[in-house]
Amino acid sequence: MTSTAPVSVPADATARPSPRSPAAPAPEARRSARRRELVACGVLMTPFFVLLVTVFLIPVATAVRLSFFSDDQPGLGFGPERTVFAGLRNYTAVLADPTFLGGLGVVALYCLVYIPLMVIGALVLALLLDSGVVRMRGTVQLALFLPHAVPGIIAALIWLYLYTPGISPVIDLLGRADLTVDFLGVHMVLPSIVNIALWSNLGYNMVVFYAALQAVPREVIEASVVDGAGPVRTALQVKAPLVRSSIVMVAMFTLIFALQLFTEPMLLSQSTPMINSRFSPSMYIYDAAFTRNNYGLAAAASVILLLCTIALSYGVTRWTNRSNAAEEGAR
Amino acid sequence: MSASTVSRAASPLRPRLLGRSVVNLVVLVSVLYTLLPVLWLVLASTKNRDALFSSDILSLSDFSFVQNMKDLFAMDGGLFGRWYGNSLLYAVLGAALGALISVACGYAFDKYRFAHKEKLFGLVLAAVMVPQTVLALPLYLMASSAGLVNTFWAVFIPVLFNPFGVYLGRIFSQGYVPDEVLEAARMDGAGELAAYFRVALRMLGPGLVTVFLFQLTAIWNNFFLPMVMLSDQDLYPVSLGLYSWNSAASVSPEYYPVVIMGSLLAVLPLILAFAMLQRFWRSGLTAGAVK
Repeated sequence: MTSTAPVSVPADATARPSPRSPAAPAPEARRSARRRELVACGVLMTPFFVLLVTVFLIPVATAVRLSFFSDDQPGLGFGPERTVFAGLRNYTAVLADPTFLGGLGVVALYCLVYIPLMVIGALVLALLLDSGVVRMRGTVQLALFLPHAVPGIIAALIWLYLYTPGISPVIDLLGRADLTVDFLGVHMVLPSIVNIALWSNLGYNMVVFYAALQAVPREVIEASVVDGAGPVRTALQVKAPLVRSSIVMVAMFTLIFALQLFTEPMLLSQSTPMINSRFSPSMYIYDAAFTRNNYGLAAAASVILLLCTIALSYGVTRWTNRSNAAEEGAR
Repeated sequence: MSASTVSRAASPLRPRLLGRSVVNLVVLVSVLYTLLPVLWLVLASTKNRDALFSSDILSLSDFSFVQNMKDLFAMDGGLFGRWYGNSLLYAVLGAALGALISVACGYAFDKYRFAHKEKLFGLVLAAVMVPQTVLALPLYLMASSAGLVNTFWAVFIPVLFNPFGVYLGRIFSQGYVPDEVLEAARMDGAGELAAYFRVALRMLGPGLVTVFLFQLTAIWNNFFLPMVMLSDQDLYPVSLGLYSWNSAASVSPEYYPVVIMGSLLAVLPLILAFAMLQRFWRSGLTAGAVK
């Protein structure tokens, strides 16, 4: 149930077997020590795994099961409702629904605009900060990080007001320059949402990149300077490739959360007719489940969204592994 | 190679100065981009409704910060105070308990050997990427059959689950708790659990605070789950409450100043937490990124 953004973490962080070998005491003593270890391990892990089963595994299984059933109302909606096996009917219904496909299209477009902007923007800022020419680095980092402490719904509220004519000083200023921009109009609504997400997460990801850059051994950078690389080349050709794993991690988490797009359009939909109640797949699921009470349809849409997430994450991992391997091979 | 070193050393000072100012300008613009909307929120919270819609945002002529604050806590019978209390309860209690649970599990993943360990860990990681919208309907139905819909527990129990915290817990345990220390504790006759609670947990302190902070942020931000689970306004967290007031504002504009003031107050706890615990989350981010 978290919406935590990523901390950059290494891909191989888990590959270390934990050494546990006391200097070979008597076998039965060792066996009882082993048993005590397993008991302790069980005690420490049980609370988490109870949660994992109840709020993760069972719900996922339930969603899958629900997606194959639908409520039938025999006799023109009179009489008791029956839940009947529907096979793939919910899936065909969802996939034939232009509003759902439209939502997928919106999210695809959103990802295509948002993810590159986010990753490149955060990386460039981190490289600039790491270049050593920026003044007041500590303060700058804190200022850029600040929006992370603003809850998503509040960020959406602030920007909604900044998009609202009459309240917004931005629109006021643009108006004085004879520019009228309808931030909630048909063409601007998606960029407006991208802007909110970018504002919220740019600083956080910048800090992640910056932390990774700080860990790059100084000798490597000095070597490239000795080799005659200017600051720009050092940044792009030496530093950036060294923080690859952070870049992949940030891109992956940004993708996973972008696919769930919900909060921002939900709030903006209160103020613009350009966002309907099925604007994104997540809003479609909410609408199907809690407005139309069509659980089968909502579950099928959920499973499709889940499959898309898994497929895309898998694709990113595969692609990274392959290009990593290619790079290894080239050396 | 040497030729380029020479040309670099000979490069005139002017372009480098230019580069410096361009870099600083870009950073300055980004800082303004992140700061100005928050500054707007602060300024707007001092305006009454008419001033909000008409006057210049910078003029201090209609200073009504205190009045807005009074209105906020008086609106709808003092609902906002309740929401704030609820949010604090969900977030502080949930994050504290959740962080303890995840870090204990991460520690066990690091320090103990057992069958199918990496497969189980893979399952934990997979849980990170499952969209919340996928889980919401089944969770709602489960809570409904358990009679928990529209109660504190319907929101509180799911937010305790933090698979990413387990991942961080494992990394922190690797980094902060040397096996030798545990070995020494065992030699002294401490049981496995005593070794965890008395020795390891203390060393995991900074990691624990980091996980707590991430989870605090996540729960304070939580919007979707309460929206699905709660219909009683008295149980709302701040996020959902302000959402409902904002939808009322388009019909009755007296809600605007109240929503703005409420948003300002909703931002404060996390800013305070991040400012006070700076040392920890910075080290946490670094621990994650550096390894």
